[in-house]
Amino acid sequence: METSGTVVITLEGLESLIGLLKRRGYRVIGPTVRDQAIIYDEIAALAELPRGWTDEQQGGHYRLVPRDDDTVFGYAVGPHSWKKFLHPPTELLWTAERTEKGLRVTPAPLPDERFAFIGVRGCDLHAIAIQDRVLTHGGKIDPHYLARREALFVVAVNCAVAGATCFCVSMQTGPKATGAYDLALTELGRDEDHRFVVEAGSEAGRAVLAELPHRAATEKDIAEAEAVVSATAANMGRSMRSDDLHELLLRNLNHPRWDEVAARCLTCGNCTMVCPTCFCTTVEDATDLAGHRISRSQRWDSCFTMDFSFIHGGSVRASPRSRYRQWMTHKLATWQDQFGTMGCVGCGRCITWCPVGIDITEEVAAIRDSEQH
Amino acid sequence: MEIEGLERILREHSFFAGLGDAFLALVSGCARNVRFEAGHYLFHEGEPANEFYLLRHGRVALELHAPGRGPITFQTLGEGEIVGVSWLIPPYRWAYDARALTLVRAIGVDAACLRQKCEADHDLGYEMMKRVTSVLIQRLQTTRLQILDVYGTHS
Amino acid sequence: MSTARIADTDGTTDPMVPRLARIARRRRDGPQVWTLEIEAEDSAGAAFAPGQFNMLTAFGVGEVPISLSGDPAEPDRLVHTIRAVGPVSTALARLGPGETVGLRGPFGVGWPMAELAGHDVLIVAGGLGLAPLRPVLYRLLAERARYGKVVLLYGTRSPQEILFRREIESWRRRLDIDIEVTVDHALGDWHGHVGVVTTLIPRASFDPAHTVALVCGPEVMMRFAVAALRDAGLPDTALFLSMERNMKCAVGLCGHCQIGPVFACRDGPVFRFDRLRNVLAVKEI
Repeated sequence: METSGTVVITLEGLESLIGLLKRRGYRVIGPTVRDQAIIYDEIAALAELPRGWTDEQQGGHYRLVPRDDDTVFGYAVGPHSWKKFLHPPTELLWTAERTEKGLRVTPAPLPDERFAFIGVRGCDLHAIAIQDRVLTHGGKIDPHYLARREALFVVAVNCAVAGATCFCVSMQTGPKATGAYDLALTELGRDEDHRFVVEAGSEAGRAVLAELPHRAATEKDIAEAEAVVSATAANMGRSMRSDDLHELLLRNLNHPRWDEVAARCLTCGNCTMVCPTCFCTTVEDATDLAGHRISRSQRWDSCFTMDFSFIHGGSVRASPRSRYRQWMTHKLATWQDQFGTMGCVGCGRCITWCPVGIDITEEVAAIRDSEQH
Repeated sequence: MEIEGLERILREHSFFAGLGDAFLALVSGCARNVRFEAGHYLFHEGEPANEFYLLRHGRVALELHAPGRGPITFQTLGEGEIVGVSWLIPPYRWAYDARALTLVRAIGVDAACLRQKCEADHDLGYEMMKRVTSVLIQRLQTTRLQILDVYGTHS
Repeated sequence: MSTARIADTDGTTDPMVPRLARIARRRRDGPQVWTLEIEAEDSAGAAFAPGQFNMLTAFGVGEVPISLSGDPAEPDRLVHTIRAVGPVSTALARLGPGETVGLRGPFGVGWPMAELAGHDVLIVAGGLGLAPLRPVLYRLLAERARYGKVVLLYGTRSPQEILFRREIESWRRRLDIDIEVTVDHALGDWHGHVGVVTTLIPRASFDPAHTVALVCGPEVMMRFAVAALRDAGLPDTALFLSMERNMKCAVGLCGHCQIGPVFACRDGPVFRFDRLRNVLAVKEI
């Protein structure tokens, strides 16, 4: 029996959801505390979720802080994004074997993992959709990404906490999760009547929901859920006007602000590692000493490296200034030419995880404001 | 007849395009017909820059001689171009060799004669400066590209 | 599944997996320059358009993009002219007949062959830039009547580095193509032009109103050649360049080959100049 309409589940229901997904053969990935951050990893039970934790974020600053309640999703986003699983840091592409009979190339088998993501925020849901466009819509597609993506089950979460570096409202990606999800949860109540309002977003979602203990949502539940989202939306830590970014940045490619940010930027590439839409990769060939077994792997790369733009004898983008400019103008401007969407979802990770706290919203504002004078 | 013929030739040469009859007449007073056989040098590095040439026919190689490497050609010039710019500024000495690659027919212009006329009439001087400067700037730009050694492997 | 339809195209073949090919012939074409002729084990899909490139794998070393420099009318002989400058190109250049390479491709947007018909064609090549233009010349000369004047202006470093010299000489012997070759510097036994290739442009005879120009060579050379061509009256829509950038995937998925908004592997490597005009003017873009 399928369930239509909005329902409410309890903490036990959430525990059952995790178990149900596992029994259906999914690798359940969710937030968990590790190394003093909330990261994404395989989870088996509710107990592994970061109940009672929140995060304190600012430019170049991230701290886990205990809450005074046991809210399960009472934090923003950490250094991981879901690309870690859908578009992993390393991916075997093919192996080759050299025998007396010659060389034989064997493509790496396509992944048969079925992931279920618990706790996908609105910004990250949009980021997944953006990577879908990049990796599966351009003509040639990445079959490894596609395989994982087609098997994916998404449990989204509508944010109850706005991070200090969040600006999803500006980028129209949250805090309400919109897009392709199977289930979307809004956490309500704290210590009493701790529950989740759940909406199904697909047939698969409805089917799963039907197997969980639930009750119909009342108007009060729904109103409370909407209020949570509104409150979050009103508390965004950052904002960024984004309707004019394409022209603004592309007519300011020689703006002195690039020199200014270059003086601070370490070109460490953290921003590209934590950004949920950054997709650049490189390939790496490996061989045994005798040259009999050869393999090629794809791994994450960053436009901040000198190697990235290297052609016979030098890098096209040798200066840090040019590399920072490339990242920011790609993310906010030329991405639109290439893929028809913005590249940035306003998750704020690049601001939080930049060791020197470079703030993309501040850089944009600086360039825009300089034009007023 | 000789002078009228020269004037016509000068007027038709692209270096003097737009010079005007009065100035053409002045210049042709310093000009003569010259001819170089293939392989012969128009001038050598270090010699006084007494005469410069407006090429009418044939090709000229500009060379520098490097010990151990022989003569290296860094530019070739042909019909419509001029050979020699050092005549215009002291010390009036040629900075390279110029060799005829083929039979060359040209107009030789006496440098001292023309410099004198330019001093006497600054308007003529300005016209000459404009033309020579234009050639120099073009050659400078192409020389820069040569220096970049764009076809080399750079690592 | 949470989305109904994710991909537009068949997702089962992996564009990153190479096919096997064998070296059929190898020839030295200049200092550090080698031409490899390869035959794919499976020749289906090898046909290429002038201006396209393949990704060649030297197994155990790596993979690099190499322009196709052979006759597009003979797709079972895939000709690649390689300059040995890095570990991969050096490894490829060392392979001999019978040895195996990995092959992916052909990739990219090639020269606008359809637009050339009925026009004068001016080809300006510098150094190794003649290699991706040679397929154009083969096509032009094979169907000569379809085109107006054909002019090749070729510049390189020195006479020893003139690429495809014998072929250029044999083309020159034809009466229906103008060819001028220049070198940056030469010793005394060279009797041809000396000077950068841009110096050939003002002297070449072509009608800017009916000419399409194809330019390929080091980027600095292309920039100056384009400037000279524009000075000669060619509109920006009649100028085409072939751009080179770092490439890892050649299919628009790795991000390396971006030049501003375009991907050199997928939107190029051949671009009409007006599309790149603003971008090329920005240093380190």
